[in-house]
Amino acid sequence: MKTAVIVFPGSNCDRDMAVALEQVTGRAPAMVWHRDTDLPDGTDFIALPGGFSYGDYLRSGAMAARSPILRAVADAARRGVPVLGICNGFQVLTEAQLLPGALMRNAGLNFVCRTVPLKVENSQSLFTASYNAGETINIPVAHHDGNYFADAATLDRIEGEGRVAFRYADSVNGSARAIAGVLNDAGNVLGMMPHPERAIDRAHGGTDGLRLFEAALGVLA
Amino acid sequence: MKVNVYVTLKPGVLDPQGKAIHHALEGLGFGGVADVRAGRFIELDVADGTSDADLEAMCAKLLANTVIENYRIERP
Repeated sequence: MKTAVIVFPGSNCDRDMAVALEQVTGRAPAMVWHRDTDLPDGTDFIALPGGFSYGDYLRSGAMAARSPILRAVADAARRGVPVLGICNGFQVLTEAQLLPGALMRNAGLNFVCRTVPLKVENSQSLFTASYNAGETINIPVAHHDGNYFADAATLDRIEGEGRVAFRYADSVNGSARAIAGVLNDAGNVLGMMPHPERAIDRAHGGTDGLRLFEAALGVLA
Repeated sequence: MKVNVYVTLKPGVLDPQGKAIHHALEGLGFGGVADVRAGRFIELDVADGTSDADLEAMCAKLLANTVIENYRIERP
């Protein structure tokens, strides 16, 4: 499994993501700089990490979504390569229109940083196949702009198509219909605000995030 | 040529920042403010003769996120 982590100026979860990918695949990911125009040959999993790419200038994820490497990421996504966007990575995927909706300032205006319960809504996707539908897992969040918004028709559509991967079990950030993670229509792109890479070791306080990587990277326990 | 672009949240999109500003105004004793919506003002210095289509494209492709925002272009 050849994985790649996209690194933007201001990314700060890229190394945590690399640790998670290496732990699960046994192989260190390629760290791909935002100015690169190509992914390494044979890349078969792409991660967009959390952080504050380009200092959140204009809108969170807006500049990163227009960076050179995103064209290669979008091409790979269209070919069916799995793409996982965590936190700022989710914001980048919506700004790049690889996922529907937008992530706005948290309804409470506060930066939210704690472990939250998530309900697994879709356990059939390649990212969530190791979970049971309806299961509650605990994953940390750390964000200021995680308030998911889409118009009612879009929300109805993605819910009807089973594209809501995770919902917050508690009130966290004001997200429409408590949506915490969304899949694209083909099911190979997942964006989520919570950080599964921060829940892969007992020393993290929980390992519920590990199963997402195990499923997505084809090493189902 | 200076062009002004105003980016505002679409009607119906909750604006928590506008709400906080509203509360702060009330806290300062300014009553009678019915609502506050916060947006963004962007000043572009573009070549004379830049087409409306190009300005539209700049707004739609980058300056505004049309999922949640509207934009208005003001030319001199």
